Amino acid sequence: MNTDIPAIETKGLRKVFGDKVAVSDLTLTVERGEVFGFLGPNGAGKTTSVKMLLNLIMPTGGEGRLFGQPLSNPPVRSRVGFLPEHFRFHDWLTAREFLKLHADLYHMSHDISQRRIPELLDLVNLTPHSNKRLHEFSKGMLQRIGLAQALLNQPDLVILDEPTSGLDPVGRRLVRDIIRDLRALGTTVFLNSHLLSEVEITCDRVAFIKHGEVIRTSDLKSLVEGELSVEIRARNLTPQIIAELSRWSNNVRQDEEHLALTLMNESDLPEVNRFLVEQGVDVYAIRPEHVSLEDLFIQIVGTDGGL
Amino acid sequence: MSTFTIARLTFFEAARRRILLAAFLLGIVFLLVFGIGFHYIMRNIESSFRGGPLELNEIRNFLLMAGLYVVNFLTVMMTVLTSVDTVSGEINSGTIHTLVSKPVRRWEVLMGKWLGFAGMLTLYLVLMVGGLIGYIYFRTGYSPPNPLQAFGLMWLNSMLLLSVSILGGTYFSTLANGVLVFGLFGVAFIGGWIEQIGSVLPNKAAAQAAANVGIITSLIMPTEALWRRAAHEVQSPLVASLGFSPFGTSTYPSNLMLLYALGYLLVALALALRHFSHRDL
Repeated sequence: MNTDIPAIETKGLRKVFGDKVAVSDLTLTVERGEVFGFLGPNGAGKTTSVKMLLNLIMPTGGEGRLFGQPLSNPPVRSRVGFLPEHFRFHDWLTAREFLKLHADLYHMSHDISQRRIPELLDLVNLTPHSNKRLHEFSKGMLQRIGLAQALLNQPDLVILDEPTSGLDPVGRRLVRDIIRDLRALGTTVFLNSHLLSEVEITCDRVAFIKHGEVIRTSDLKSLVEGELSVEIRARNLTPQIIAELSRWSNNVRQDEEHLALTLMNESDLPEVNRFLVEQGVDVYAIRPEHVSLEDLFIQIVGTDGGL
Repeated sequence: MSTFTIARLTFFEAARRRILLAAFLLGIVFLLVFGIGFHYIMRNIESSFRGGPLELNEIRNFLLMAGLYVVNFLTVMMTVLTSVDTVSGEINSGTIHTLVSKPVRRWEVLMGKWLGFAGMLTLYLVLMVGGLIGYIYFRTGYSPPNPLQAFGLMWLNSMLLLSVSILGGTYFSTLANGVLVFGLFGVAFIGGWIEQIGSVLPNKAAAQAAANVGIITSLIMPTEALWRRAAHEVQSPLVASLGFSPFGTSTYPSNLMLLYALGYLLVALALALRHFSHRDL
């Protein structure tokens, strides 16, 4: 299997409904093994974009490929797992029957599906409910069985459309844990979410979409490892010590016992601490803060919500 | 094959949601009521009847036609009510998304639904028509002419409506689709009656006009034509020669019309598959 071919590659993918442009230019590349966050305000065209990737919506223009295959090619979807928004399933089926149906649609052999179904029921903690019908399930349970459905075929790419919206913290935690496990397996994950904290914890890279257009993609790791602002509360600070801090930071502000400085590297933090202690400063607190994804989101997308 | 997976799902859904149970129980109730009614009517007639066995068969035939008329109507209702929501409903609720995002072709999903309903309706029709004709045979030893042809035509009628209802579902909401399919059925129904009544009118011009109305409505929707041909097949020749009868038929559609109905079914199904394959979900 050629791993150089990206999991997802789109060029100028476009969708127009009547005279409304839902997606004007979706151009992005998601490499193998990445956990990719897809961010944007409501109405920015995120769900339409996801649906185009899965051939649920036919693009008006542009082109897209999954693993090098055109989006309209059904066999490529045997390598894809999808959890749709809202978790609406055939709720008159039991959990086990539901997974069997989808295993059949993945063309899985009887032996394999008989092995995979209990594994997955176990993974999403639904084994005790495997013979219950889905209409008796809570929203959280539906999300879990939906996730199990998306993982049946041991996919190379998992697409999650707002997987945690309206869920309690336990449900969100489960999604997070599963994404972490998938990453460890080298599975590509495409996460459409408007919950920034979620994306911040789980994703390697994010794309920001506004007015149906990808306006920026950025690496979350560099965001985490990069510049950080530090607040220090300390006593016995002398002007000489403050001046010496310029070794690590060109932006030091003091207000009584509060000290604020910006460091270019997280690794400078212990050095600053050691220096202060050696100079006889009484340090009460050191609070480092990264530029948050939320700051970045507001900076890129703006506060108008893209509307 | 995904088509059979979806067909099984469709059949299973009808069973799980007790649609099958309700339909079959009511079907059995209908057969019982018919059987009891038939039994007492025939007993009454047989005890005082002065005619020969041929005349008795005419009465049996007349009662059978009344039964088949109701079975046809029940089958039409069952066909439309069970299938009218299957495409638009799944699109609306979003349950279709997990199906078609699998490595399947859209037409396989739609064809599977068609087959699932077709299987269920075939079973229903076998039970109802078989029950009716079988009961009369065991009770009196009478069997009508051409029962298989009549069954085939009633089946074709149901499949035709199924295809139209599924085609409508790929374009319209459930409610609009229901209005459309029943509306078409109603047009064909009234057109058929106008043609029937017209055929016994003494005025030739009026009869011709009525016949034309019948032909045009049959072209718009051939369901009534299929029923009248089915009725013609099982109707005893003597009853037919008497002319107008409420359940039977005096004029009957040609083979060309049957061919047209078959073509109508195939075109509706092909259009449904085509449109569903290209629409946004």
